[in-house]
Amino acid sequence: MDETPMLSIVEPTIHELSSPGRTGVTFPASDVPRTELPESLLRADLPLPELAEVDVVRHYTALSKLNYSVDGGFYPLGSCTMKYNPKINEAVARLPGFTYTHPLQPVETVQGNLLLMYQLQEWLKEISGFAAVTLQPAAGAHGELTGVLIMRAYHNARGDTRRIKMLIPDSAHGTNPASSSMSGLEVLQIPSDSHGNLDLAALKVACDETVVGLMLTNPNTLGLFDEHLEEAIQAVHACGGLVYGDGANLNALLGVLRPGDVGFDLMHFNLHKTFSTPHGGGGPGSGPVGVSERLAEFLPTPLVGIVAEGQDDQPPLLGYITPPKSIGRVKAFNGHFGMFVRAYTYIAMHGADGLRQIAEYAVLNANYLKTRLKDTYTIPFDRICTHEFVAEGQWTDAPGVRALDVAKRLMDYNFHPPTNYFPLIVHEALMIEPTETENKDTLDAFADALIKIAEEAQTHPELLKDAPHATPFGRMDEVKAARELVLCCWLPDDYGD
Amino acid sequence: MTYIPHSPKERDSMLDTIGVKSLEELFKDVPEKHRFPALHLPPLLTEMEAANELGELSLGNDNVRTDLVCFLGAGAYNHYIPAAVDAILQRGEFSTAYTPYQPEISQGTLQSIFEYQSLIAALTGMEVSNASHYDGATAVAEAVTMAYAQFRGKRTRIVLSPAVNPQYRAVMHTYSQDMDLTIAGEDLSVGQDSGPQSLINLLDGNTALVILQYPDFFGRIYDLTALIEAAHAQGALVCVVANPIALGLLKTPGQMGADIVAGEGQPLGIPLAFGGPYLGFFATRKQYIHKMAGRLVGETVDNRGQRAFVLTLTAREQHIKRERATSNICTNQGLMALAAAVYLSLLGRGGLRQVADLCYQKAHYAAGKIASLPGYSLSFEAPFFHEFAVICPKPVAEINAALLEHGFLGGYNLGQDYPALRNSMLLAVTEMNTKDEVDALADVLAEVAHG
Repeated sequence: MDETPMLSIVEPTIHELSSPGRTGVTFPASDVPRTELPESLLRADLPLPELAEVDVVRHYTALSKLNYSVDGGFYPLGSCTMKYNPKINEAVARLPGFTYTHPLQPVETVQGNLLLMYQLQEWLKEISGFAAVTLQPAAGAHGELTGVLIMRAYHNARGDTRRIKMLIPDSAHGTNPASSSMSGLEVLQIPSDSHGNLDLAALKVACDETVVGLMLTNPNTLGLFDEHLEEAIQAVHACGGLVYGDGANLNALLGVLRPGDVGFDLMHFNLHKTFSTPHGGGGPGSGPVGVSERLAEFLPTPLVGIVAEGQDDQPPLLGYITPPKSIGRVKAFNGHFGMFVRAYTYIAMHGADGLRQIAEYAVLNANYLKTRLKDTYTIPFDRICTHEFVAEGQWTDAPGVRALDVAKRLMDYNFHPPTNYFPLIVHEALMIEPTETENKDTLDAFADALIKIAEEAQTHPELLKDAPHATPFGRMDEVKAARELVLCCWLPDDYGD
Repeated sequence: MTYIPHSPKERDSMLDTIGVKSLEELFKDVPEKHRFPALHLPPLLTEMEAANELGELSLGNDNVRTDLVCFLGAGAYNHYIPAAVDAILQRGEFSTAYTPYQPEISQGTLQSIFEYQSLIAALTGMEVSNASHYDGATAVAEAVTMAYAQFRGKRTRIVLSPAVNPQYRAVMHTYSQDMDLTIAGEDLSVGQDSGPQSLINLLDGNTALVILQYPDFFGRIYDLTALIEAAHAQGALVCVVANPIALGLLKTPGQMGADIVAGEGQPLGIPLAFGGPYLGFFATRKQYIHKMAGRLVGETVDNRGQRAFVLTLTAREQHIKRERATSNICTNQGLMALAAAVYLSLLGRGGLRQVADLCYQKAHYAAGKIASLPGYSLSFEAPFFHEFAVICPKPVAEINAALLEHGFLGGYNLGQDYPALRNSMLLAVTEMNTKDEVDALADVLAEVAHG
């Protein structure tokens, strides 16, 4: 392949492109008599850049070309579910009837929005087996915080105030312990067993009357379905604890298993993973939370519900409902409505069979890739995986090469690297999640690239150590960034003089 | 098989490679009695049918573009969004990328966030901005978490102005319900004399953070310098919740001495969209960044000597620090931060000033007009920006119902949060409102007063 670096395309910053006197937008002149502003309240200067529209559009277009994206190629980031984001979602989310509605409008004027939210709540309940759903949380971690607050509120409402510990597996996402400690809880880590399951014996020892609950990702971050799932849940319930499901990996369970059916008490959904809303370069996400019957009264306010039954042929009036023992508001207004429109569309276009196919093909793709790679890469816990699996990016006969080098070298083959160095319990982890929307040709090309890279690790390790070569930018000096902390650019001091 | 590209032949050959006979065989670890439940969902729709159904749902609303004239604000504002903003947002290179953990192939996202940070710092008069929070309310809640961490939990008092958006205050209470905090100030009566000075008596040596809004929830503008100085004299931090459009004209919170400036970025090029996704902005002084939540982008060079950008100080974050992280935030509002950056770049210093000035002018025209109507008067005398409270001759709900009949989305009913403002309505006026609309609004208000 071509190893010649592309021409340097360092794009100036928006401030560097600024030229005094340019403007990208003009507004109509004021049509009312002038009121003078009190001088003492005004700022002296407004140091924003000045550009024409074409300058701005070219600048951000140039920047966009420096990004890898799902629209541009294969993005097998483990635990992130970088599936294709359907274009219809974007079109319907921009309908004026949705985008030009104010969140505080009287409910009579937004029955379309409320019906969409109500339906989505109902569908998520049906898909997950929970009794009630809040759409309010803004992202997965926000859903976790909501869930932890609900768990605490449940125990406190029963006068059970001794519970201060959250049990969290060593394979868990970092957000789980962070969400727990944000709510003032102690975190007790539970190890994994030799099959990649939660260590059931260790779990049982940890279960006592001080346990708030267990935060469990299933399938876990190794991509494995816990073989003792029901026993683990029973152990936590037996000590009075609750079981929280981290829904990051729900893509493997659609139409396959409803977490509520096996005893999970609550779980967050990631609409930006499972239900195809785009990741946006790091948000906006959307993290609805589903709960069982006994937790429903603690959900954050507001929920969407029927506030007046319809007369004759009229449909019922939808509005906002505050659950009786609500933990309160976790966000202003109604949650990420724009994401609800996309997720609604996606579910409507799949139906029950279509959702199950998503899980089936996501799992097929992951197992196919794992099978193609397992002679070249060490796969700890080699059993049938779910929607993702973890490989080791290291070889005893290529001692200088690490997972990071494999990841960077993949960019030269025009693939986005897998998640690396996570989960923490696998050395030099490469966590690979292909999703259901990739075809066999793409998976084969990716497997071929990884096999070739393993060969290069032996024959030309320097190709990996210096990678990437074929990308517009090479490896970064992260130490310099953290030491110098240049976090802003400014207009030059003499600007506009 | 809506978005699944496999042909049956490809599927079979893949199953063969794996060594299983069917897709079902891949799920043998799932407890049998719960495996493959029947889901009761409506029959699937094709794209054409889905487009029609969503179109129908969207028509089930009255929108503020074609159905209603909007005079409602209270935390979400109807501003003009130049077409170029969404044109950039729709580029799949931005919208379908993940968090920029691989900087070599994510410079587009990284540099645009760096520019966003720069623009927010310039607007607020602060030294650094993070890469965003979920919305204004959660940004304020995170300010409390940051102040709590800054004092290592040793200061436990928060002084919270009653003139901070009631929803933000509610979210702050939710976030801090399991922290050992005393929150003072919210019960101060909101009257003519309830400017920021009334909070000074609540400050003490145990105060970690003072939270003020600027302009406040009622649209009022106060110089906060004296109060901030008093807070600093007690060693407390001060968070100012600011409206970013107002900062196009007004003295910055940074200039008045604020330690944190947080707020809702929706007015910066983000549609109302029934409340989200929006953008929480958060700026502070450099000395506090190690306790600040959220992602940060910093400048560096790559191994070819090119200027480049990376996520930095990640050791503060949950994926490294786990239970010792200040916040659990992971995903934020990347694409919304891009919208704000494009909006501010397009408007620039002249355009943002013009929008802010138009808001100010039109709101003052409207306030003068309405206050001159029999039965109506302004609730406060303080200077205001683009929102103002009006004492009405009848219950606000009644007036709003009449306005709605005439095609107006009326103001926020302040009585629901402030008993002392029982008949007061909070109206917002932006560059989107014409003089004719304001005159027509006044006509209906006059009519309702008589009726």
